[in-house]
Amino acid sequence: MKYNRALQEAGVLRALDGLHPPSMGARVSFSDGQATVVDGPFTETKEVVGGYWIIEVASRDEAVAWASRCPASDNEVIEVRQVQEFSDFPAAVKEAAAGLPEMQSQNKA
Amino acid sequence: MRFMIIVKANEDSEAGVMPSREIMEEMGKYNEELIKAGVMLAGDGLQPSSKGARVKFTGGKHVVTDGPFVETKELLAGYWVIEVKSKDEALEWVKRIPFDEGEEIEVRQVFEVSDFPADILPPEEAAREQAWRDEQQRKAATA
Amino acid sequence: MTATDYTHGAIDAVWRIESPRLIAGLTRIVRDVGLAEDLAQDALVAALEQWPASGVPRNPGAWLMATAKHRAIDHFRRNTRLQQKQDQLGRELQVQQELTEGDLDTSMDDDIGDDLLRLMFIACHPVLSTDVRVALTLRLLGGLTTDEIARAFLVPEPTVAQRIVRAKRALSESRVPFEVPRGDELVVRLASVLEVLYLIFNEGYAATAGDDWMRPGLCADALRLGRILAGLAPEEPEVHGLVALMEIQASRSRARIGPSGQPILLLDQDRGRWDQLLIRRGLAALKRAEDQGGATGSYALQAAIAACHARARTPEETDWPRIVALYEALARLQPSPVVELNRAVAVAMASGPAAGLEIADALTSEPTLRTYHLLPSVRGDFLAKLGRFGEAAVEFERAASLTRNARERELLLERARQCAREATSPEPR
Repeated sequence: MKYNRALQEAGVLRALDGLHPPSMGARVSFSDGQATVVDGPFTETKEVVGGYWIIEVASRDEAVAWASRCPASDNEVIEVRQVQEFSDFPAAVKEAAAGLPEMQSQNKA
Repeated sequence: MRFMIIVKANEDSEAGVMPSREIMEEMGKYNEELIKAGVMLAGDGLQPSSKGARVKFTGGKHVVTDGPFVETKELLAGYWVIEVKSKDEALEWVKRIPFDEGEEIEVRQVFEVSDFPADILPPEEAAREQAWRDEQQRKAATA
Repeated sequence: MTATDYTHGAIDAVWRIESPRLIAGLTRIVRDVGLAEDLAQDALVAALEQWPASGVPRNPGAWLMATAKHRAIDHFRRNTRLQQKQDQLGRELQVQQELTEGDLDTSMDDDIGDDLLRLMFIACHPVLSTDVRVALTLRLLGGLTTDEIARAFLVPEPTVAQRIVRAKRALSESRVPFEVPRGDELVVRLASVLEVLYLIFNEGYAATAGDDWMRPGLCADALRLGRILAGLAPEEPEVHGLVALMEIQASRSRARIGPSGQPILLLDQDRGRWDQLLIRRGLAALKRAEDQGGATGSYALQAAIAACHARARTPEETDWPRIVALYEALARLQPSPVVELNRAVAVAMASGPAAGLEIADALTSEPTLRTYHLLPSVRGDFLAKLGRFGEAAVEFERAASLTRNARERELLLERARQCAREATSPEPR
């Protein structure tokens, strides 16, 4: 796909994946610490996540600009959301998660 | 098989309420467990939808709408991408997430080439492999 | 969680997640991998019997471990051989104590990392032959059944089962200690572990024959084991080097094959199809290896070469001079005609086909490359680029006659035909 190639050549692409339809997936809800599994498909789903890109850009505008270039078909919607960075957390939480940055760098750096 | 574990948004996540120290610690432990088991590929928490936008495509054009969006239950708050052997294994990991009450998770399988078909190696990869095999033979011969 | 949604598949999943930890912890106690695996299997059987009715315990791993430990005590008590008695009494007391310490989780988590690492060293012990190490590693640490291993390696199931039985006997007979080796021994033993993981990976990556549907699983298994090892031995740069190499190579899997199944060479691949997630993980692992002073390790060097390609957004951006330098370093570390042939390819890309051909020509008398199809294939490529089409056609035909892969043969014969046409067509003026 040309679009993915463009993202890659611009050096902004961090990850992308397409997802199988929810009929093959499952939902897990938590109540009192106990997990309950319900297998797909789900009838009430109006909006289903079909895939995602993770891109590294300088601003929200740039992210929206990239999303707008996507060769999406009519009536498709792409949602642009900002990922939490470690620096977004307040000091107390950062302290509690002292072991995390290393782990995060191991997985994301 | 690669799975995406999608965490649905709730009022707190949409209001930008930061997780407590305890939750962060427990989540840290859980993530460490995923890493130690060699299954974790990626994971992120998302900022509230108020910091995001939607781009809708109609008639070859796109329309940008700024967040926030109201239908909280259909929004995402975060995700993990894990590499496991089966959907059951993915679900087993999901059950171990230290969530307590009300959280909802969607588990979805990622599209992949179902197998890597027979193919030839690019010369240098093949050569690396051959070098390795030569080395093995040499070791076996001298052992 | 109710009993009804606990299918057999879900119990399998628990086994996949817990069995390496279980076997590792039990091996520490009973000092016998074979016995430890039997005890773990017994615990699984108990789970299969009880969980569908009772529901799954909140911490299935701890449940399995406690059950297995009780079986271990039973085993010690049944064993009445006097000379072993005293030794076992000590272990029995230890198990009893662990069982009554209450918080099973804590006592387990403290040691389990070390136990897993010890198990990995045992499974890859040099007293075992390579194919046995591979089978045992996949079985004990990858949680694969003998049947799955057999299918992945295209060998009969009894062969694998036999290998595993022999392996356990060999380990028991040579009284291999359950420990992480130190000093010089660590270097050698770690190299053995890394070799086994890379062999598993390559069996998956270089699928050349047979019904290959299980083989991508082998790449995934090797990567998973590599990532686990990186968590267990985070201070070992070559571990990160190997993980980096596997992550980056695996990132290209989906770009390596065309729509009709034809192979796509590295420089022709659609880089948009490369898995950026794996590339990022690979580059991060490589950086860790280099930061730990491991840049000159064999796997780190190979990963660095792979990284040069991964970093290049287009083939033209490839840093060939750096790749040449890395191959030179690799050739110093492990001199081999095959590494030399690689260097020839890189030199040709950096300085032109004539320079590459000079190196490749020097290899034609090398006995180990006599039947190696990539030598004539590479020489054919250089000759064609130099406009010497007649000679190139001969080289491609020779390469085609040497390869065992049908698709590759087609590709080489096609190039031979192209070169032959060029050779006979009138000189352009």
